[in-house]
Amino acid sequence: MVMKQVFGRPQALFDRPNHYCAGCGHGVAHRLVAEALDHYGLRGKAVGVAPAGCSVMMYDYFDVDTIEAAHGRALAVATGIKRANPDLFVFTYQGDGDLASIGMCETIHTANRGENISVIFINNAVYGMTGGQMAPTTLIGQKTTTTPKGRCTATEGAPIRMAELLAGFDGVACSERVAVYDVRQVLRARKAVFRAFEAQLRHVGMGFVEVLSPCVTNLKMTPDKAQAWVEHEMCAVFPLGVRKTLRDKEDDAQSQSTTESDPNAT
Amino acid sequence: MITAPDSTAARSGVPTLIQGNVALAEGAVRAGLDCYFGYPITPQNQIPEYLSRRLPETGGTFLQAESELASINMVLGAASTGARVMTSSSGPGISLMQEGISFLAGSQIPCLIANVMRSGPGLGGIKPTQADYYQATRGGGHGDYRTIVLAPFDAQEMFDFPMWAFEIAEHYRNPVLILSDAVLGQLKEPAILEPLESPRKNPKPWALTGAQNRPSRNLRSMYLSGDDQEQLNYVLQEKYARVEKELPESREYDLEDAEVMVVAFGSAARIALSAIRMAREEGLRAGLFRPVTLYPYPGKNLREVTERVKRVLVVELNLGQMLDDVRLSVPHDVKVSFYGRPGGGLPTPGDILARIKEA
Repeated sequence: MVMKQVFGRPQALFDRPNHYCAGCGHGVAHRLVAEALDHYGLRGKAVGVAPAGCSVMMYDYFDVDTIEAAHGRALAVATGIKRANPDLFVFTYQGDGDLASIGMCETIHTANRGENISVIFINNAVYGMTGGQMAPTTLIGQKTTTTPKGRCTATEGAPIRMAELLAGFDGVACSERVAVYDVRQVLRARKAVFRAFEAQLRHVGMGFVEVLSPCVTNLKMTPDKAQAWVEHEMCAVFPLGVRKTLRDKEDDAQSQSTTESDPNAT
Repeated sequence: MITAPDSTAARSGVPTLIQGNVALAEGAVRAGLDCYFGYPITPQNQIPEYLSRRLPETGGTFLQAESELASINMVLGAASTGARVMTSSSGPGISLMQEGISFLAGSQIPCLIANVMRSGPGLGGIKPTQADYYQATRGGGHGDYRTIVLAPFDAQEMFDFPMWAFEIAEHYRNPVLILSDAVLGQLKEPAILEPLESPRKNPKPWALTGAQNRPSRNLRSMYLSGDDQEQLNYVLQEKYARVEKELPESREYDLEDAEVMVVAFGSAARIALSAIRMAREEGLRAGLFRPVTLYPYPGKNLREVTERVKRVLVVELNLGQMLDDVRLSVPHDVKVSFYGRPGGGLPTPGDILARIKEA
């Protein structure tokens, strides 16, 4: 009887243990990105941009070319790579402090330029690597090491919804918020990552996926409690779903032919 | 070993009246510039303006970034693919880039940065100074690293130095800074726009080109293990030791019989050159020592020359920064005096002549 392998480690991941906390969402998110790299055959042309944060060490796990960006600058670095060599497949993997706080300017301008880059945004509502300080996505009332009485709108503002914000830019081809708290959500997240990759492969602009992810250590919860917190507390503030749909391939062809056939198009 | 271009060497070609900033930009294009990323700031705007129309002609990429922070990080990304990449800025913009320059140095990614100095501190003004000497030569950003710094002093060197800079940057895998100022950037003067050599295609076995039929590569400066981070620093220091041995460059003018030696770089050296010629007309034996590399500082050359002169006068467009390097280089019993103008004021050759007489 011939045995068929139905599950295994993606080729784009090294076979080594990771440093992430037990119950952290990075492991699942890494796997989804690696599956997409495998699926589209991108190992030989991908460059991954690592942020400052827990996932800076993603370069120890992804078996593709990688570079380390300064805190918040991943999308500027990615822009440089993609502009210098448009044949490369470029993805960033960033946390909420990186993408939505210190790197907000780069995030918005990269989106506005419609760079053909795939962006994986891990939103866990807290600064993980530095020990649990307030993030731009920290929930109102959520206690962190720098909001000991809970985040207050009057003094710290409200959590920023990146998937909605970026969906408003013409340069963003698709924007979606997903989670990894159960199998169904993981499968949805997988599809969203694939769509963000496809956007780049079709040269239609930035592909954006926001992944709600549990930070067990800084939430000071067990993995199951942290997953439940994401499902009930985070999802109430950050609704899951597609914020901007990736157009069908036929639409691409149509819009390109329209542009080419119109002599007055500028 | 990479030798400095001799910008005074005879070469074929008709001189063109050209602005220093444009000469620098065209020099970079002739050196094989692939990408430019920058953000507007006076007095360097002619560089991005010129490259925005010139680079598309050569198949290169021009992109106006949203900030200098973005510019330098786009440079880091583009240069990581092995492309020849540059940015330019001035004063506050260069300050904003320091974090990125530290990352470029730490990750050992070669690139060209041009600082067309304006006066500071703070927002300062748009007049010329040399007040960014410390920032350029002492690192500027965080960590134990050095940026190689070249100081042109006329339009011909503005044109010639980008080729030299890219060769140095790629040879040592280190960012190179061309340090000019508002005078050199804005001044129009004749230059022959023919490179002394053709751009080379240096092998870059570290570049991120996609892991096709090879192991994947990584460019980084972070090592959480103390031993590895220490090792990176030793690797960098070993490189800087080679740089300090192989690269120092200086020019000497009328120093064979000089009693008074002026030490100046960049536009201050241009004014000082006029001053020593005026001094000669008056029968004063004055000469000029001009550092061309500011890091590595040509201290050995300076020390050798100092043994032949009696007095040293340092002239800068600041209140005494390169003065430190001169004092570190010359024997301690040599009298070193200083004359500088900060904040955008320029001395006349007559002003310097008066100091030569006092020295």
